[in-house]
Amino acid sequence: MAMAGNDAALRTPLGLLAELTHRCPLGCPYCSNPLALDPRQSELDTQTWARVFNEAAGLGVLQVHLSGGEPGARRDLVAITAAAHAAGLYSNLITSAVGITAATLRQLADSGLDHVQISIQDSEAASADRIAGYEGAFARKRALAAEVVSLKIPLTVNAVMHRANIDRLEDMVALALALGASRVEIAHAQYYGWALKNRAALMPTAAQVRRATAAVEELRARHHGEIVIDAVVPDYHARLPKPCVGGWGRRSLNVTPGGKVLPCHAAESIPGLEFWSVREHSLADIWANSPAFNAFRGTAWMQEPCRSCARRDIDFGGCRCQAFALTGDARATDPVCHLAPNHHEVAALASVQEDAPYAYRRM
Amino acid sequence: MNDTAPTIAPEARPHLPRGVRLVHNEAQGGWVLLAPERVFKADAVAAEVVKRCTGEATFAAIVDDLAKTYSAPRERILADVTALLRGLADKRLLEL
Repeated sequence: MAMAGNDAALRTPLGLLAELTHRCPLGCPYCSNPLALDPRQSELDTQTWARVFNEAAGLGVLQVHLSGGEPGARRDLVAITAAAHAAGLYSNLITSAVGITAATLRQLADSGLDHVQISIQDSEAASADRIAGYEGAFARKRALAAEVVSLKIPLTVNAVMHRANIDRLEDMVALALALGASRVEIAHAQYYGWALKNRAALMPTAAQVRRATAAVEELRARHHGEIVIDAVVPDYHARLPKPCVGGWGRRSLNVTPGGKVLPCHAAESIPGLEFWSVREHSLADIWANSPAFNAFRGTAWMQEPCRSCARRDIDFGGCRCQAFALTGDARATDPVCHLAPNHHEVAALASVQEDAPYAYRRM
Repeated sequence: MNDTAPTIAPEARPHLPRGVRLVHNEAQGGWVLLAPERVFKADAVAAEVVKRCTGEATFAAIVDDLAKTYSAPRERILADVTALLRGLADKRLLEL
């Protein structure tokens, strides 16, 4: 008898990231949203999201991640969540907690919401609010987390780590435990969108990263069975690239507030890709036939050293968006890989730390 | 069984917590356990075990039932099911 992780036998998509809106009260400088944000008037309506969820379930998708922006900015969030549940999908609310009241949360729970993920910017209120660019955010996060736990909805704390908070990694895991979370994501900032713009202000030092990596191992051993700690090595300090989104067009889809379907949330940063919209195509048609999904599917698009690499079916050459951002060629080996010809440039970028003021994410 | 092997109390009533669901999905080729931001494919036997974790049956009764269903030695079933359920509990996918 066995329980396998997300294995290769699962070929149909597993997850749908539904970016319900780009509106958000917070201004986190590492936001993964694109610099050009979709305005409110371009957002899909409730009925269209319901159709997308039904099409996703028909395609074999199991989980929907209700995200943004801040999904609480949508007045129809309860109806959208109910539609996801009615489609038979496992629903996960990814929220800043600002904009979701206790009353809304109860309605979401009654509508079938399965899981809540709350982002926490730091273990100290003043620093957390400074990073979020929103006074009082930390207190509201703590309050909503308590409501989630009191409703017996499983809670994940998402802790985005960077130079300003990485030295308090242990305190952030302790906070997640105190809040009653069953899972914590140690999510090192990934340099796309706003985070790329703020890279030098966010970049941890190599010494900080070494210490944090050891701390995660120690915390995992200490809290085994108590809280699940998911963490990845921060990109620019890694030797092997991350298998981004589990392989391009292999496991997941991302629907933008305006209805474009992307293989990953940053895919629009690659020029020349043709994305299809749920306004004109069914999700099954997009998954199978949209040019953007087929652009980097499989391994045929690869160049050397990826093409003949033993790990090509493990990490898929790393991240296409990062390859483009750092080399100007989306087909290049992700330079995070030690086999990439320009790997040394990543190490150079990782050593640039500048205490410039954050460029906060604003619409 | 040595001292470090995991054990589960016979009177425990294992159950899936809110936010963890076992579903059958044709498109994904069988049984899957859905959990917070994770999906685990379950083989047919694992699914039979998890299906019995309703919070009503005791662990001892589940093992008895499986031993009977699969006509297998109870000791063997006990070891396998303990390992499976303890592993799930450690990942916060099951409450004992």
